[in-house]
Amino acid sequence: MFEALGIPPQALFGQLLIGLINGAFYAMLSLGLALIFGLLNIINFAHGAQYMMGAFVAWLMLSTLGIGYWPALLLAPLVVGLFGMATERLLLRRLTKLDPIYGLLLTFGLALVIEGIFRQIFGVSGQPYAPPASLKGGYNLGFMFLPQYRAWVIVVSVVICLGTWLVIEKTKLGAYLRAATENPTLVQAFGINVPFMVTATYGFGVALAAFAGVLAAPIYSLNPLMGSHLIIVVFAVVVIGGMGSILGSIITGFALGIIEGLTKVFYPEASNTVIFIIMAIVLLAKPTGLFGRAA
Amino acid sequence: MNGSLRLPLLILFVLGLVAPFLLYPIFLMKVLCFALFACAYNLLIGYVGLISFGHAAFFGIAAYVTGHAAKVWGLPTELAILAGTLAGAILGLIFGALAIRRQGIYFAMVTLALAQMVYFFCLQVPFTHGEDGIQAIPRGTLLGLLDLNNQLVLYYFVFFVFVIAFAIILRTVNSPFGQILTALRENETRAVSLGYRADLYKLLAFVLSATFSGLAGALITIVFQLAALNNVHWHLSGEVVLMTLLGGMGTVIGPVVGAFVLVAIQNYFAQVGAWSTIIQGAIFVACVLVFRHGIVGEIERWRRRKAKRN
Repeated sequence: MFEALGIPPQALFGQLLIGLINGAFYAMLSLGLALIFGLLNIINFAHGAQYMMGAFVAWLMLSTLGIGYWPALLLAPLVVGLFGMATERLLLRRLTKLDPIYGLLLTFGLALVIEGIFRQIFGVSGQPYAPPASLKGGYNLGFMFLPQYRAWVIVVSVVICLGTWLVIEKTKLGAYLRAATENPTLVQAFGINVPFMVTATYGFGVALAAFAGVLAAPIYSLNPLMGSHLIIVVFAVVVIGGMGSILGSIITGFALGIIEGLTKVFYPEASNTVIFIIMAIVLLAKPTGLFGRAA
Repeated sequence: MNGSLRLPLLILFVLGLVAPFLLYPIFLMKVLCFALFACAYNLLIGYVGLISFGHAAFFGIAAYVTGHAAKVWGLPTELAILAGTLAGAILGLIFGALAIRRQGIYFAMVTLALAQMVYFFCLQVPFTHGEDGIQAIPRGTLLGLLDLNNQLVLYYFVFFVFVIAFAIILRTVNSPFGQILTALRENETRAVSLGYRADLYKLLAFVLSATFSGLAGALITIVFQLAALNNVHWHLSGEVVLMTLLGGMGTVIGPVVGAFVLVAIQNYFAQVGAWSTIIQGAIFVACVLVFRHGIVGEIERWRRRKAKRN
């Protein structure tokens, strides 16, 4: 069947795997964006820079302190998440009553500062980060070779995404969060510390981006600009999915990654643009996005 | 025209006339092109309240078309500029028709994503020459009479085009059409209930803004004789937002001031790595936190407060 299409199965499954990996990153990043947007009403433009920070913090931990991949997978998101919480307290909090546009502008400026500083220190050439020794091998599936590390990335990102979704939909904490998204004043009147919840949510979203960054470090080379292209694609993903639904943004993220991978097989010239083209079509057909609610 | 504006505009005009004898003309022409770009952008953000993060697409596509028309097709300079401007307008029509379906931050994300698509398009199609860009674009002669390779002649040509475009933008803002745009910004629902077709007006404003952005991109191509990828990069989209924000959104001369300050900063810090980016980001943060009306906006507010006290 594959031979009839003129495409070797290795190439097809290889690109599908790459698509799935990219989709995992789209899903984790758009999930964080959707969470932050839900409670803070801010589009976090610095999300890509924070993803990059996660990767670099893990790399710095390894190269200066000798902290390996597994502890870094927990510590780096913690560090970057705390940085995010500080940003929220010191900067974003002041914009609460203003047009959400200002949040976008502020985080855009923040992204420039963060990327600029990392570029100034580390240059723009990539830094290598080896995958952990325990995940160095691979599986031969007969039709393709599956590196262990990539399998791990897909599994852990699905678990993290679904876990976050379950916490938000099924637990009491999630119920508070959803309530605060709908009506923060009322939730605060019930004695729940909404301002802290806002800070924590921003911190969690940022930590999620940093977590994705650590996961990405052994796959892509580390580069101060690694987040800025990704974040623009993720914005398109968010527009396609609509930010009304957490599960929606997860599904859209994975689906678009796979579509992008398939485009690389069948029409490589369009692989960079296919997500933007889909966005244009969705805007024409359903302006609120696939899972979005009317504003 | 607002009477209080006449004096500052006159001063700016005279400054523009004598400037090439005081400062490096190429720097001034860069300022003028970016000032026009920022004024075009301000038309959208300042008067309609739409925030686009993809304006580099119009600027960049116009640069490429102008360069290609002047170099490969051998069109005279004024026609090449016209072709570039037209390309900006057409792209603006396509972007606008898609983007005005969403509001606010979604509008920003949609324009950013569409512009990124144009970036990849320009990276891949052969006529833009990828990473090299279109180089050694001839400046040509103006109407077959004036040699634009003379820097002073070129400066006054760019200045002339800028003044005309600025006048058109000013006239637009102060026309009934401009009033409707402001009404849409202030209260769209009410404007619609009064029978104005909001989407049509927004689209018109968007195309107008894209057209002048295209003109700016076309001019800068003739000045630098180069059309390259940095003209379509999202960084430039961010820079034009910053120029407008720093100078003062919705003010007449704010974008000009913002463009001057930012181009000066870039010139000064061009040699020292990423510092220009860091400073731009810091100005963004500072503007949003403490300086939301921009340089000109804050001066206007200060004058108004003083007038009230007297």
